Amino acid sequence: MNFSKRISPATDNPVDALVRFEDVKKSYDGINFVVKDLNLTVSRGEFLTMLGPSGSGKTTTLMMLGGFEQPTLGHILLDNRPVERLPPETRNIGFVFQNYALFPHMTVAENVAFPLRYRGITGIAARERVRQALGRVNLEALGDRRPAQLSGGQQQRVALARALVFEPSLVLMDEPLGALDKQLRERMQIEIKQLQTSLGITMVYVTHDQSEALTMSDRIAVFHDGRIQQLADPATLYNEPANRFVASFIGENNSLSCTLLAREGGLAVVRMADGTTLKAAGTNVSGTGTDMSISIRPENISLAGEGVRADLNRFIGKARDVFFLGDHMRLSIEAFGGQLVTARIPARQARHFASGADVVLECGISECRLLEV
Amino acid sequence: MAVADMDRINVFMAVRRAEKPARRAALSLALPLIVFLVVAFVAPILYLLVTAVGNPETRQVLPRTLGALETWDGVSVPDEPVYAALAADLKVAKDNSTAALLGKRLNYEISGMRSRVLAAARMVERLDTGPYKQKFLELNKDWGSPESWAIIKRNGTSLTPYYLLTALDLQQAPNGSVERVQGDQAIFLDVLARTLFVAGLVTLFTLILGYPVAYVLTIAPKAIAGIMMLMVLLPLWTSLLVRTTAWVVLLQSDGVINDVLMALHLTSDRLQLIFTRAGTVIAMTHIQLPFTILPIYSVMRSIPATQLRAARSLGAPPSSAFWRIYAPQTLPGVVAGCLMTFILSLGYYITPALVGGPRDQMVSNFISVYINRDLNWGLAAALGVVLLVVTLAIYLLFLRLVGADKIKLG
Ligand SMILES: Nc1ncnc2c1ncn2[C@@H]1O[C@H](COP(=O)(O)OP(=O)(O)O)[C@@H](O)[C@H]1O
Ligand SMILES: [Mg+2]
Repeated sequence: MNFSKRISPATDNPVDALVRFEDVKKSYDGINFVVKDLNLTVSRGEFLTMLGPSGSGKTTTLMMLGGFEQPTLGHILLDNRPVERLPPETRNIGFVFQNYALFPHMTVAENVAFPLRYRGITGIAARERVRQALGRVNLEALGDRRPAQLSGGQQQRVALARALVFEPSLVLMDEPLGALDKQLRERMQIEIKQLQTSLGITMVYVTHDQSEALTMSDRIAVFHDGRIQQLADPATLYNEPANRFVASFIGENNSLSCTLLAREGGLAVVRMADGTTLKAAGTNVSGTGTDMSISIRPENISLAGEGVRADLNRFIGKARDVFFLGDHMRLSIEAFGGQLVTARIPARQARHFASGADVVLECGISECRLLEV
Repeated sequence: MAVADMDRINVFMAVRRAEKPARRAALSLALPLIVFLVVAFVAPILYLLVTAVGNPETRQVLPRTLGALETWDGVSVPDEPVYAALAADLKVAKDNSTAALLGKRLNYEISGMRSRVLAAARMVERLDTGPYKQKFLELNKDWGSPESWAIIKRNGTSLTPYYLLTALDLQQAPNGSVERVQGDQAIFLDVLARTLFVAGLVTLFTLILGYPVAYVLTIAPKAIAGIMMLMVLLPLWTSLLVRTTAWVVLLQSDGVINDVLMALHLTSDRLQLIFTRAGTVIAMTHIQLPFTILPIYSVMRSIPATQLRAARSLGAPPSSAFWRIYAPQTLPGVVAGCLMTFILSLGYYITPALVGGPRDQMVSNFISVYINRDLNWGLAAALGVVLLVVTLAIYLLFLRLVGADKIKLG
């Protein structure tokens, strides 16, 4: 299924569109499509992230946009011009590769100056541009070094400076932070995001790291099996996953199978495996019958309080494992006839449970989301 | 402070002690190879160096004569005691059958000396008493030539520059000054230049043919690359002699290549390919191709595909991306491959011998001639030394020009 058209109609405005994929399909071997029916619009100035597991077709999509692979079918429009037959050097797109692809036989300054010579910028003007670009990534002092003499983070910045120095309207990044350690990665995420905002660049960013995607993006396209599963801003993606794949890929989620009984004013009534009925949000799901599931995030489950409230689901389970983790407690609960439910209880609510003890839990109806399996 | 220093030293010693077994084990693993290298590589080279300057013959055969010559003024005809000593030495030499050895050695520097020495040895056998000078001069008036005596006296030293000078087309005049050999005696510089030229040409051709092949090998799909690699390696698994003989068959006037050229009407006459330099270079190029290709291929394979893509994305057209980004990064492989082929080509022997003509013989062919036919080990060794020095010089020159880190042999 394809959610892109339906979920963000606002960005389909052609005036704003810098990049449009129109029914793009790609097959390397002529048998299997690794990108199937891709429709996607990237607006000017937007930070769009393609997020998905390895092998889901993100790099292929990026390579088609960069001009290194040709779409088997369909069109790619850049500035409303079809570009699928244009060679990469004519597209004026900045590209940052996962391994940086710095030129080892050139100094940092020569690396950054490389794109300028093809745009007729030489001599003093080029030096000034290089100085500026290196300044932007705080590397002014290292222009004479060779890439091999730099740390991973510094190499990453050089690659960034090189992709930005010729002021491309579009910058593509393929897992650019994959090789860095966690701390550095988090700092670079913020720096890249700040550069993108301050320079007003349109960015298409590829990652398999959901927290990276959530931190940096205006919109996220979740890829799986060559298709976009959902295209939405980070909050929507997190709170309103469109299907079970998105629900389990972004953050932690309990996926519980159920049967749809009825729809009542925008809410769904479902019966769990043990007969418990719950209410759930998720009216956009069209199917009916048994083949459904609801997803509940662990942090949305809490211990039941006094009294019954209409906006909460309440259910009973048996505690299996209890871990105290400082700021919160993790409960592993057997409920709904043997399904395991993970709950994340804030520390102030934490209590001791013996394994096998009965626990009463509740969660907001709007936070239980009905999904097709 | 002092205590801290002591601690540090103790720790250092402890570390060394702890690592000792590992060091020993490493050394003992390498020991067989070290021994083998000393016996099979270092020792022969040292022997070669010694042979190229060794000069034992005159000292062994004419000890008394050399003693008598010590007081000789070097310009006049020597006096009777010198001839008496020579007669005594030659008698011993005749008994020990070493006169021929001396004659051969002196003949290198004084033509006709071999027969003069042998005749004199036969003569002194019949003489019981002196005076000898008159007898020698009657036998051959050249026995009175001060130049001959000067050369004999000069060869009383245990080391001689003679072979090395000869290998460089130089000679020592009787008065000791070094001068250039004239005329058709001067062949070795010519041979050396020819060797360098052929090796350079072969290197160039293997590079021109091999570089694109190495590139295709790196970008071809696995299955095709595997078959191509097999074709590159196949020649390496066949003996050098077999491949050279195959080229002899191919290059002959009524051989396959000429048949094809004639059948296609590309030439009206059969080309002379066998026993020419062109034939030699063709055969050597074929044999050396893998040596040039493999180092280039190994370097090319280590260059990520994203290098070219990055260059393209930054605005470089394909050819510019290749020459400015890809080619410079292949330089370590190019240098290593060319160095390998050039140095191996300098030592070629079988191929020029079988495929080349008389004017295409390289230094190694002359070395073999001096060892096998002329039994002139000194000159053979000297040619070997010259080849060794030239090879080392070229290697060092390469190192200077491109830097040791730019040569990737593995
Ligand atoms: N050059 C190629 N030739 C053949 N198959 C490829 C090529 N590149 C990628 N693929 C295949 O296409 C699929 C998608 O790959 P890719 O776009 O790299 O995914 P991702 O970047 O999301 O990990 C994978 O199954 C991969 O094996
Ligand atoms: Mg990828």
